[in-house]
Amino acid sequence: MENATIVDQNNTATQNNTATPSGMDSKPKKSDSRAGLSTTSVHAGEARRKPSDAVTDSICCSSTFTFESTQSIIDYIQQKQDREEYGRYGNPNEKVVERKLAAMESTDEAIVYSSGMAAIVGLLMAKLSAGDEIVIFDQCYHRSREFCSKHLSRFGIVTHQVKTGDFQAMDAAINSRTKLLISESPTNPHLSVIDLEQFVALGKSRQVETLIDATLATPYNVRPIEYGVDYVWHSATKYMGGHNDLLAGVICGSKEKLVDVRKLRGILGGINSPHNMYLLERGLKTFALRMERHNENGQRVAEFLESHPRIEKVYYPGLKSHPSHEVAKRTMKGFGGLITFLVRDADWKETGAIIDACTIPRIAPSLGGVESLIEQPFVMSYFDYSPEDRERFGISDNMIRLACGIEDSTDLIADLRQALEV
Amino acid sequence: MKFRTRAIHVGNEPDPATGAVVTPIHLATTFIQPGAGVWGQFDYSRSGSPTRSAVERTLADLEGAAGALAFSSGMAATHCATMLLKSGDHVVAGCDIYGGTYRLLHKICNRSGIEVTLASADDADQIQAAMRPNTKMVWIESIGNPMMTIPDIPAIAEIAHAGGALLGVDSTFAPPAILRPLELGADIVMHSATKYLGGHSDCLSGVLAARDIELHKQLYFIQNATGGVLGALESFLLQRGIKTLELRMREQCQSALAIAHWLEQHPQVTRVLYPGLTSHTHHDRARKFMGSQFGAMISFEINGDFAKTKCVCQSTKLFGLAVSLGAVESLIEQPASMSHASYDSQAKAKFGITDSLIRISVGLEDAQDLIADLDQAIRTSV
Repeated sequence: MENATIVDQNNTATQNNTATPSGMDSKPKKSDSRAGLSTTSVHAGEARRKPSDAVTDSICCSSTFTFESTQSIIDYIQQKQDREEYGRYGNPNEKVVERKLAAMESTDEAIVYSSGMAAIVGLLMAKLSAGDEIVIFDQCYHRSREFCSKHLSRFGIVTHQVKTGDFQAMDAAINSRTKLLISESPTNPHLSVIDLEQFVALGKSRQVETLIDATLATPYNVRPIEYGVDYVWHSATKYMGGHNDLLAGVICGSKEKLVDVRKLRGILGGINSPHNMYLLERGLKTFALRMERHNENGQRVAEFLESHPRIEKVYYPGLKSHPSHEVAKRTMKGFGGLITFLVRDADWKETGAIIDACTIPRIAPSLGGVESLIEQPFVMSYFDYSPEDRERFGISDNMIRLACGIEDSTDLIADLRQALEV
Repeated sequence: MKFRTRAIHVGNEPDPATGAVVTPIHLATTFIQPGAGVWGQFDYSRSGSPTRSAVERTLADLEGAAGALAFSSGMAATHCATMLLKSGDHVVAGCDIYGGTYRLLHKICNRSGIEVTLASADDADQIQAAMRPNTKMVWIESIGNPMMTIPDIPAIAEIAHAGGALLGVDSTFAPPAILRPLELGADIVMHSATKYLGGHSDCLSGVLAARDIELHKQLYFIQNATGGVLGALESFLLQRGIKTLELRMREQCQSALAIAHWLEQHPQVTRVLYPGLTSHTHHDRARKFMGSQFGAMISFEINGDFAKTKCVCQSTKLFGLAVSLGAVESLIEQPASMSHASYDSQAKAKFGITDSLIRISVGLEDAQDLIADLDQAIRTSV
């Protein structure tokens, strides 16, 4: 059982094999996160013996937690012992999930939030102050970029957007005020995979911390922390929860670097709820199985689409034709369930007609759940943008984004085949 | 569409009210009606509720049934099936049926004047011999516990039908991803959905699915009249669990086969009972009905007495010491002191419940981790 955190009966987290984060300072290695990951996702972070000897964790809805006496409050404050106080600072269900996610990601700390955006906002608000600058690759999630450019700017924080994967441009944008380099990998919807070795090397040489949005990769396919990335961020709504039925976000990293982030969450209050945390914990138990299938479906459907005469282009890192294929092959175990493709000689309405003709994938935003979802980025996320801006972000009218679920791949392919004939 | 696709989509159509991709949890116990004496789709949640009805449609599709009903527990489901019977009727049941079913038949159904004869379900001739003119139901399990016997379901269905009886199959050990008794001739399939269908040890539930629509209607009438229905929260959790049923079964069966092979080679293991092993008496039958997935329950005997066997069960670190089965967490138990403790020594001997017998439920952990755990537990104890 690699990298698993098993919690003993006294609820004290003990780490296995995580004391030295696996040769991090030597050559970064391809993560074989499949080994034992299923054991980790089923058991890690949970007390071996639970209250009432229950096999599963109970849902603890209490918004506040009682102390035996005045003296016990004083003991709590002075000894800073690990216990609950008030729901905004944490709850037992969330702590289990945080330990489980940290074990899966090979970090010693994970902080969960009420959504992916709450997580990134929580981290940025904790780490940045007026006068600081950040550099972000331009294919990052559009709401993250929007928060940086429209809102961080109001607090005197400057954001530089540079072309995704252009490390020279990123290097050039760094100055003495730069505090953080941000990228998504793979990116959405173009599925560009960032060379994590180069990304980390640049951050280290310029003494700037690095953050990767690994929502599309997940620790099944790559663990950025093994490459020396400082912070890993996920929208856990996607593959982690996996059932399209909860919102959650998480920041993973070292305990030391995340102390201030956790403290700020206690003030800002973007914590997740006990009910949601139970569903996330339950979803994580089948994480490895689901990811194996998302990877398989993604690869098969991408290959089918690439061979189809009506398809102009397919963006999927598992295809040789993708510009990131070599980097992806070197750093990732699989390439996930998200595929973006362009329909040959189709305008936005003709493209929409293909989506409307699908019977298995549902038309909806989001990804990473068991149900396949399909959407047209132009309509779903960029409808209000000017044609120039859409072109700048590479969002063409004939683009479709398909998030493969875990259905049988032959069913998905048959459905797409008939939709493309309509 | 393939099983896995149907498990995700049938009964999980987008919510017409909101477009939600996932069936909402409708906690309402009562529903506003279109007019006095005019009934809408749902009226009172004992009679039907949107969330329960959704998972019932999923279950019916996966079992190839005319209809399915969700109950508050496996026993509530079995009880509903037995309420098809009336005073003077006779039941032939497998002699290794679940203890709870045994208790229901002998301590509850008997009060209504229903008679029971037990017969070895793995031998169709014995079922035939137990049949009487008033036999109205034959009740067997698709994988016997704890000896992992496999009954010849089509042969028994023929016997039951020739005698004018229904065949009910408790297929808790073999969920529809690996075996569908209705396709083999059974009339009713029952599940403790608490096990593989729910799959996460967090939702007590039962299922009846009937091949024939008239039979389904009779069962629905009884369910509605007696009220052992599944709640909305559990219906949601059950449906959520079913979405990964095929993946979980595939992985758990594969791990179980690897563990069974490993146990068979172990010097301190004297006997392994798993239908996937060629050494198993019913291996050919299992292969015929289940293809290459043989479930995730294994029984084995170690070279040790009662105390040493108990010690093995208490020494595992990943396998939890508990009865029940079918979930993501692996479990271990000693039938002689736990699941079959109520058997007297004669019955234990008859059904092969020896002191050195251990039963494991293989979960979703990595098979190598589980093997290492069993290895250390056997080393420590024997």
